[in-house]
Amino acid sequence: MANFSKKAAIAGYGATEFSKNSGRSELKLATEAALAACADAGINPSEVDGISTYTMDNNNEQEVARAIGSKELKFFGQTSGGGGGACAPLMQAAMAVATGVAETVLCYRAMNERSEYRFGQPIQAQMPTSDNLIFAYHGFQGLMTAAALLAVSMRRYMHESGATQDDFCNYAMVARKHAARNPNAFFYGKPITREEYHASRMIADPFHLLDCCQESDGACAVIVTTAERARDLRQPAVLINAAAQGSPWGTMGLGAYYKQDIVPRDECAAAARQLWATSGLSPKDMQMAIIYDHFGPTVLPGLEAYGFCEYGEAKDFIKDGNIEVGGTLPVNTNGGQLGEAYIHGMNGVCEAVRQIRGTAINQVADVENVLVTAGSGVPTSAVVLSRDV
Amino acid sequence: MSYVSAPAEGRPLPVPTELSAPHWDGAREGRLMVQQCPVCEAYVFIPRRACPQCLAEPLEWVESSGKGTIYSYTIIHRPPHPAFEPPFCAAIIALEEGWHMLSNVVGTDPATIAVGQAVAVEFLDCGEVTLPVFRRVN
Repeated sequence: MANFSKKAAIAGYGATEFSKNSGRSELKLATEAALAACADAGINPSEVDGISTYTMDNNNEQEVARAIGSKELKFFGQTSGGGGGACAPLMQAAMAVATGVAETVLCYRAMNERSEYRFGQPIQAQMPTSDNLIFAYHGFQGLMTAAALLAVSMRRYMHESGATQDDFCNYAMVARKHAARNPNAFFYGKPITREEYHASRMIADPFHLLDCCQESDGACAVIVTTAERARDLRQPAVLINAAAQGSPWGTMGLGAYYKQDIVPRDECAAAARQLWATSGLSPKDMQMAIIYDHFGPTVLPGLEAYGFCEYGEAKDFIKDGNIEVGGTLPVNTNGGQLGEAYIHGMNGVCEAVRQIRGTAINQVADVENVLVTAGSGVPTSAVVLSRDV
Repeated sequence: MSYVSAPAEGRPLPVPTELSAPHWDGAREGRLMVQQCPVCEAYVFIPRRACPQCLAEPLEWVESSGKGTIYSYTIIHRPPHPAFEPPFCAAIIALEEGWHMLSNVVGTDPATIAVGQAVAVEFLDCGEVTLPVFRRVN
């Protein structure tokens, strides 16, 4: 049993604006978000003694530490899985502070994935290695993007669950509705209609353009410290109640086509089992959730894997309005990665912090616990963040 | 429209390795080769050193019937590479022996493809490598 539950807390968060062209380097973005998180927490950046980020982030820990004026790092590391790693830096940070390895851990994700490179563009790999196995064996069949690889998995989900394109549209409309009210969202003031969804061009069937997350420039960061210390800092402590990674048998990044169930949910279900077991909580204890939406349709098996619905029922759960603000389980109240920005899940972590503090734009009433999930169809991670009561 | 949907020229091609060579050599000879575990009899694809189920090695190379059904698929509408002319179909084929392989479904209007349709393998000479692709059968 993991013993770091509620021993660590998010004391501050920070973010840059979200755009399609930040006009500055990724290191500058990371630094800005990190300094904003320190200021929000009310700590001096020199106190940062730990850093945890993603293997896919181009900013290494030492350069970020230097840029913010950290005196000495005692802990630094990166977690893999791309967007599946979105919550894993928090888990690393929580373990580091719970064990005393470090006291003040910065987690960040900074990217110019629209202006410097196109994150969703085709990837070519020929000689297979463990890192590029998926692209080496699927690229030559024409599956060279995350969209195409996950489209195959989600087509199977449609076959098994009866979910339709219209059900996927229902999620996209909710995300864009939430984003439309969020001034920090790229799609602020721009909700979509059902007609616009269906008219949007097909990328990789069944994914329309409006099912796909954005490519964004921006950065997000949080400061994790001990719960005790967080209580003495500027902001209310947001406790890391549970955190888990999930990588069950047969997991492969984006293209786990060689097991009986190819729907992107096994990894999430594995993380869910650990989360609920270590926190003693259940889906019913969540007032809202951030469900990873690299592709909006994956929110459906995501809701099911974490136990909010039975298999095949997410389509009705969404259709009935449950995931909207005012519903039984508001989801992605910031507009998600379809509507706000795609910062590889870290912007969802920031939204959960705001919701627990009671400072979100689309505030949900009386939020005590929030589930935040990471990318599905890849090795994944998730956290339960809780109000300090 | 020809509905070939899988280019023979100019497309990115796999690099056969010492491990995967029997699969590609077989394709060149018109045979769909797959690994099978001599202990637990599991079929193994993509090629591996040892059985992912029971870790036995070496695995044996056996010939598949090449008959199967479409387990899932996508129709790509945005060309990932200049050689591919969209829309085209990439599909997971469930072979009748009980293993999965990603391939292209050719010779069919992509709009008519559905999960569960019967397909059979054929071989596309792409120069350095011959690729197994699948065509619908009645």
